[in-house]
Amino acid sequence: MYTLTDLTKTYTGKRQARVTALDSVSITIPDGEFVSIQGPTGGGKSTLLQLLGALDRPTSGSLSLGGTDIATLKERELGRLRADDIGFVFQGFNLIPTLTAQENVETALVPQHVAADERRQRAREALESVGLGERTDHLPSELSGGQQQRVAIARALVKRPTVLLADEPTGNLDEHTRDEIMALLESQWKDRGLTMILVTHDSAVARRAQRRLRLAGGHVQDITAA
Amino acid sequence: MFGSYLRRELLGRRKNTIIIAAGMALAVALVMLVTSLTAGVRAAQAEALESVYGVGTDITVTTTPAAPEEGQEGEGGGGPGGAQFDFGANDGEESDGTTSLSQSMLSADRGTETFSADALTTVLGVDNVSSATATLALTNTSFDGEIPQMSEDQQEQGSAEGQGGGTPPQGGPDGAGGSSFSVDSFTVLGVDPSVSDIGPLSSVTLADGRLLTADDAGQNTAVVDSDYATTAEIAVGDTLTVGDTEVSVVGTVTSTGTDESAANVYLPLDTAQTISGLDEQISTIQVQAASSSAITQVADDIGEALPDTTVNTQEELASSVSGSLSSASALVTSLGTWLSVIVLAAAFILAILFTVSGVTRRTREFGTLKAIGWSNRRIVGQVAGESLVQSLLGAVIGLIIGAAAMLTVTAIAPSVGGSSTTENAGGMMQGGPGGGGGFGGAGMGQTADTAVTLTAPFTPSVILIAIAVAVAGGLLAGAIGGWRAAKLRPAAALGSLS
Repeated sequence: MYTLTDLTKTYTGKRQARVTALDSVSITIPDGEFVSIQGPTGGGKSTLLQLLGALDRPTSGSLSLGGTDIATLKERELGRLRADDIGFVFQGFNLIPTLTAQENVETALVPQHVAADERRQRAREALESVGLGERTDHLPSELSGGQQQRVAIARALVKRPTVLLADEPTGNLDEHTRDEIMALLESQWKDRGLTMILVTHDSAVARRAQRRLRLAGGHVQDITAA
Repeated sequence: MFGSYLRRELLGRRKNTIIIAAGMALAVALVMLVTSLTAGVRAAQAEALESVYGVGTDITVTTTPAAPEEGQEGEGGGGPGGAQFDFGANDGEESDGTTSLSQSMLSADRGTETFSADALTTVLGVDNVSSATATLALTNTSFDGEIPQMSEDQQEQGSAEGQGGGTPPQGGPDGAGGSSFSVDSFTVLGVDPSVSDIGPLSSVTLADGRLLTADDAGQNTAVVDSDYATTAEIAVGDTLTVGDTEVSVVGTVTSTGTDESAANVYLPLDTAQTISGLDEQISTIQVQAASSSAITQVADDIGEALPDTTVNTQEELASSVSGSLSSASALVTSLGTWLSVIVLAAAFILAILFTVSGVTRRTREFGTLKAIGWSNRRIVGQVAGESLVQSLLGAVIGLIIGAAAMLTVTAIAPSVGGSSTTENAGGMMQGGPGGGGGFGGAGMGQTADTAVTLTAPFTPSVILIAIAVAVAGGLLAGAIGGWRAAKLRPAAALGSLS
């Protein structure tokens, strides 16, 4: 469960101008919940996702995941947390272009020091679970956008995380593929009991979440009922 | 994962890999060639020196000739000055009004100072001296001529200054009071016939007869340079007048030293000392140190033990090698070294720039890897590994190019000339620090010219240097590139998240 208390993140921009990306945000996200975050560009969505993903530390306030205060962790401990508990899916897929689909998935198991044989086996299974069992040896350039995002989802899930963070996962996809990917994410969320937090501009995608949050001007607003 | 990731990166970014490897290959090949040429030039220098100073000579010990004092006349026994013939009033054979005079004299080389043979014992007592031998450089000068016989009346008339008249000269070779005489000389080197691993006997090959052996000590035997033997019409079995002594020619030899520096006649040292009247005197000691690292220390110790002598090491002798060999040496050590440094620096900078550029281009990739939990250490290792392998690929290519270049140089075998000259304090040119050391320089002891072949030897050390250069370049580029990658903040690296 995520617990955010008075979470503030400020950046010092050019000419020493201070920009407040998140301003005293306080929310709780229970385990297994599917949350979507919407909002205008510059509203703080990406900043919140970075903090939830242990990629950055808050300027003030507290952010705990499963009782661990992320704000106080050292760099190595943050890396450990990301390696074990948090899966990422990015808008641009972020696959390594020189590695095959299977090798891309395997990269997520490297920090966990999984033996090579087991690594290959689990990567193959993960690709099969996203419908790419026949494409394991393909390079990203040989796959469609939807297939690449499936590889990215397999990479995010192969390490069996508790949290899946997705940043505009359907932003680069057509409507049909978008629906396929969302169906895949939802099925994985349900099957694995994940906590899934998804940033999107697409209201159709956002509406599929259990809870909808809106971030604007660094402030969060629950719009589930809206 | 490390290996497959590395392999796929190198294959997937071929252009990058080829450029870095090519730059490194060029640097490795050039460093190899310069290193090899340096070794080749050193070998050529050693060869040139060897021909002048003898095989295996690390150090030579001589004594500096004293400047002649005013009015001083040279005499046998060393020191400045040349041969002087003294004839008494009744010397020579008289016949038909002509007096025939003949005299032969063996004396120390002009410009060469002799010193006590006890110095050899002192040198042999110095630590780390492997072997040493002494030589005595001499010149045999012979006078042979005819002058008119002079009666007492003629002598009186000749001495009465200002008084004209008298009897016209008679006799002499032309019958009219004229004279005819010739002065010939040849160089003689007294050598220890029992020592052949260092000094004069180490650089001769037998042409006819036999070489001097330990049994020749004290004997009136001689070995003659084959060229001189031909010119002077001397054959094995003949006798030769050296000083006032008849010596038997037991062999002829060809010196591997230079013609200009070769001695004409070689005698057992004690025989040469006896004939020349220079008992227990020598002119040069040639020393071989136990190891190359001990040469400087041995030279210092000899200098302390024999303060009145001049001690020269091979390194100092090398500085006396001039000519195109010296130019080649200077070229290799200056231009070659600087060229290597420049190309090496360029290759290193190229590798670093391409690696850093690669890291910058792969910012999102490394950001993604950090986001999924890769540690900085693993990412730095990946970047450094890629860089190292690229450099090692360059090393392999460079080794092939460098080896081909070295083989080409060796195949062409350019001939370079070397000459060894040394000018003493008095401005007199003499035969190197050895002053007649080795078979070379006996008496003549001037400038010794030699032509040697330059090679570029392919040795294990050259390969090690090439690999070391590549590893250093790869690690340096990898460390800098890895440091850049490690500095990336995952949040900032992931453009889509920021």
